[in-house]
Amino acid sequence: MNARLGCIMLVHTALERAAQVARFWAEAGSPVVIHVDARVGRDGYKRLVDALKDMPNVRFSRRYRCEWGKWSLVAAMQAAAEDMLRAFPDVTHVYAASGTCLPLRPISELAEWLARHPGTDFIESVSVADVNWTKGGLSEERFTLYFPVAYKRHRWLFDRLVDLQRRLGVRRELPAGIEPHIGSQWWCLTRETMEAILQDPARPMFERYFRRVWIPDESYFQTLARLYSRKIESRSLTLGKFDHQGRPHVFYDDHLQLLRRSGCFVARKIWPGADRLYAHFLTPRASEDPAAEPQPSRIDRHFARATLQRVRGRAGLYMASRFPSKDRENGKTAEPYSVFQGFAEVFEDFEGWLAAVANCRVHGHLFAPHKAEFSGREKVFAGGLSDSASLRDYNPRAFLTNLLWATRGERQCFQLGPADHIGEKHDLLWFMATDSNAQISVITGAWAVPLFRAGGNMDAIRREAAKLQRIETAMLGILRSPWVRARVRTWTLAEFLEDPSEPLHTLFDEIAPHQQARLIRIPELVDLSGFGAFLQELRNRGMQPVLMGDFPNNPAAPGLSIKVK
Amino acid sequence: MSSYRLRWMRKRWKFRAFLKRRELRPVILRTGALRPDSLLLFCTLRNERARLPYFLQYYRALGVEHFLFVDNASDDGSRDYLAEQPDTSLWSTNASYRDSRFGMDWINGLLARYGHGRWVLVVDVDEFFIYPFHDTRPLRALTDWLEASGIRSFGTLLLDMYPKGPVSEHPCIEGQNPFEVAKWFDSASYTVSRNPKLKNLWLQGGPRARVFFADRPQDAPALNKIPLVKWHRDYAYVSSTHMLLPRGLNLVYDRAGGEKASGCLLHAKFLATLGDKAREEVARGEHYGASREYLAYHAEAEADLWCKWSERFINWRQLEIMGLMSKGNWA
Repeated sequence: MNARLGCIMLVHTALERAAQVARFWAEAGSPVVIHVDARVGRDGYKRLVDALKDMPNVRFSRRYRCEWGKWSLVAAMQAAAEDMLRAFPDVTHVYAASGTCLPLRPISELAEWLARHPGTDFIESVSVADVNWTKGGLSEERFTLYFPVAYKRHRWLFDRLVDLQRRLGVRRELPAGIEPHIGSQWWCLTRETMEAILQDPARPMFERYFRRVWIPDESYFQTLARLYSRKIESRSLTLGKFDHQGRPHVFYDDHLQLLRRSGCFVARKIWPGADRLYAHFLTPRASEDPAAEPQPSRIDRHFARATLQRVRGRAGLYMASRFPSKDRENGKTAEPYSVFQGFAEVFEDFEGWLAAVANCRVHGHLFAPHKAEFSGREKVFAGGLSDSASLRDYNPRAFLTNLLWATRGERQCFQLGPADHIGEKHDLLWFMATDSNAQISVITGAWAVPLFRAGGNMDAIRREAAKLQRIETAMLGILRSPWVRARVRTWTLAEFLEDPSEPLHTLFDEIAPHQQARLIRIPELVDLSGFGAFLQELRNRGMQPVLMGDFPNNPAAPGLSIKVK
Repeated sequence: MSSYRLRWMRKRWKFRAFLKRRELRPVILRTGALRPDSLLLFCTLRNERARLPYFLQYYRALGVEHFLFVDNASDDGSRDYLAEQPDTSLWSTNASYRDSRFGMDWINGLLARYGHGRWVLVVDVDEFFIYPFHDTRPLRALTDWLEASGIRSFGTLLLDMYPKGPVSEHPCIEGQNPFEVAKWFDSASYTVSRNPKLKNLWLQGGPRARVFFADRPQDAPALNKIPLVKWHRDYAYVSSTHMLLPRGLNLVYDRAGGEKASGCLLHAKFLATLGDKAREEVARGEHYGASREYLAYHAEAEADLWCKWSERFINWRQLEIMGLMSKGNWA
C-alpha cells in the first residue's frame, strides 16, 4: 500500500517561513491546506497567498479567529481537514502541523514509513485518568467544568469561574460512549479515521460538548480517534518538547546536529530567525538513512537537563539568577568538606600530616581573626578569594560557598575554633551544621592546649579560657540541635587522648575512602606533660574547665602513652 | 516598605526625568525609522571616541537596530563620530552628570519616550552584554524567548575584566576587541545579598573588592545589573541599571533553588585609558558616591589585578559552567 500525505497547516505568525515550509511539502507531492488565523491582516494574508500562487496543490481553508485553549482551533482544523479530504481524494493520511513546524527528513521517507504501518493513526492519546503532565492543575476538570472565557485574556475571571464551579460541585455530563483522552495536537490520522470523525452523525452533539471543554485541540481528536480508529499508536510524529511550565522549547541554529541525529520527521517549534535550520532541512538532499526510526530520546535528555537546571539549579551556587531562600537551596554547598576543631591544637602539624596522607586541600583556620589561613598561606585562593579578614567577614557564608564552588572536585578541609570569626550568633556554624555536605569533628576543650603551651600571665589565660569555653559551649549547643544535617562527631579532650588513632581512622575513611593503606602513621601529639596541673591551676583560680572531660591531675597523663603506638 | 511609597518614588524619578529632558539638545534624530519591535540600545557617554567603533560593531553584530546616545559634553570628537552613524540618534547636554543621577534621569526620559513597548538594552560604553548562546543566537532570539515566556527583564553580573600586569601598561587600540587585552576575570569571589526594599539582589566582590576595597567591603561597587527590559512608559531605573521600579522587574533570580536564565556584562574598564579617565573624573568630582570609586582607582592606577587564580576568558559556556551566568531552561 502506498501512502499519500496531506498536510493541514495552522499559521498565525512568521508567514514567510510558513510559505517556505508549505512549498517544501507541496513540491514533495503532498497537498497542503493552510489555515491562516483570522487575526492576520489582509496584507499579510495576501502576501502568503501570492507567494504560493504557483503551487496547484496548496489551498487555503476558511479562516477562524483562533484563541488559545478555545474551540476555534478545532474548528480551524476541522475546516482544513474537510477541505483536504474533499479536494484531494487520493490523500491517505492527514498530518496536522503548525507554521513553525519544520520537516527534518524528506516527505517521501515519512510517506514510506506510514506505508509500512498501514491503517495506523499516530496520535498521542492518553486517558485523563492517567496523565501527570497537564499544567495548571486541570486534567479531568477540563472535561467536567465549563470554560466560557479565554484563559490568556481573562485570567482572573477564568480562575474565579473554576473556583466557583468547584464550590458549586458542577459536573458536566460526558456524551455517551466517550472516554476523555488528551495529547499533542500535532497528529497524523488516516483518511478513514478522519472521515469517520467528520462524518459521524453524532458530530454536532460532540461539538456542543467540546465547545465548552478547556483546550479542546488537545482532546477532541484524541478522544474521538479512540472511537473509530482501527489501530492507534499513541505518540506524536512531531518532535516537540515542553518546559516545566508547559511552554514549547524552541529550536535554533545550534540545534542542527541534535535535530539531524534525532531521526524524527517533523519538529516544532522552530525560531523563525533560524536561517541555518531552514536552509539545511528545506534543501533537497540525499537521505542519510531512509529507514531510520525516529529517536527523540537524545533530544529528550538535552531538554530534560535544561528543565532540571531551571527547577533545581546547581547545588551550592549563589549568583545573579539563583539566590535560594533559606532551606530551599537543594544543597547548601557544592561538595562535601571537613571541619576540624581542636585537632591542630593537640597534634604537631596536623595540617601538614593530613595534606600528606589524604588527597585533599587542607587549610588552616579559614575564619581566624587576622586573616583567612589558606593552604600554603596564599594571599589569594581559588576563584579569586582574598585572605583579607574584612572581606571574608563581610559575608562569611558567601566566602565558604564560593570556596567550595570554586574548588569543585577537590575536597576542602579546614580548622575551626572558638576564637574564629563565625558570624553574628554563630551564623556560619548554623549554616555548616545544617548542611549535609559538612563533616564536623570537634575535640572539645582542646583550645586550652595552646593556652597551656604559650604560658604567660595566668590571670589573662584564665579570662581567655573562660571566654573560649563559653563560646565553645554555645557552639556545641548548635551542633547538638535537632536541625543538624552535618555529620558531627565530638570527643572531649580526655576521651580523645585515650586512643587518638581510632577517631582518626574513622574520619580518614570518610575523607579518602580508598586510601586506607596510606594511613601508616598517626601524627605526633604535642607534649602535654603538666597539662593536668594547668587545668587544676585554672580551677584554683575559680574557673571551671569542663569541656576537656575528666583530665587527671596526674602530670603523666595516660593519653601520652599513645605516642609510642 | 509599602508599595504605595514605592509608587511615589517611581513617580518622582519619572518626574525628574521629565524635567531633565529640557537639558537634552537633539543633535540628530533618526527615530522616525523605528519599527514597533526595533531593538534599541540606550547609552550615556563622555569622551569615549576611541571605544566607540568596537562598541557599535559589537552591538550591531548582536542585533541592536538603533542606538540612542546622550553625549555629556564630549570634546574628543565622540559627538561628530556618532552623528555620522546611520543607526544612531544623538542628544547632547552640558549639564551635570551627577545632578542627573549619573545620566539616569536623561536615560529614563528617553526610555519613556522611545522605549515604550520595545526591548531596550541600557549599557555603558565599556559594558559588553553576553547571554547564553550569544554566539549562535542573535539578541532577537533571546527577546522572542523572554517574551514567549512572559519575562520582562533579564539580569546580569557586571564582570570586571582585567589585563595581566599593571593596567596602565595595557593599551587597547581603537577598534580592537578590549577583551583581547583585558582577558582575565575572577571566577568565584562574588557575594550576594538581597535588598528587601526593592527586592533586587546586591552583588559585590570580584577584583575591585579584592584589590581596592579589602578594608571597606561595604563600599565595593555593586555588580548586579538589569540591562535588558521590555520597556513600559511607567518603568524607571532607580540607580544606574542596578534596579528598577516597579520592583517586580528586579526579580530576575529564583528563590526556590532553581536558576533563571541570566547573562554577564563584560566590563572593559581596566585598560590603559583608565589612568587619564580617573584623573579627569576626580577633577570633575562627577561620579557616583563623591567619586569614591574613582578616587580609589586613581590612587592605585598602577595596580595589578591579576593573580594566579585569575581565569582567562574563553567564551560564554565557560562562564555558564563557572556559574557566573545561567542558561536557565533556555536550552
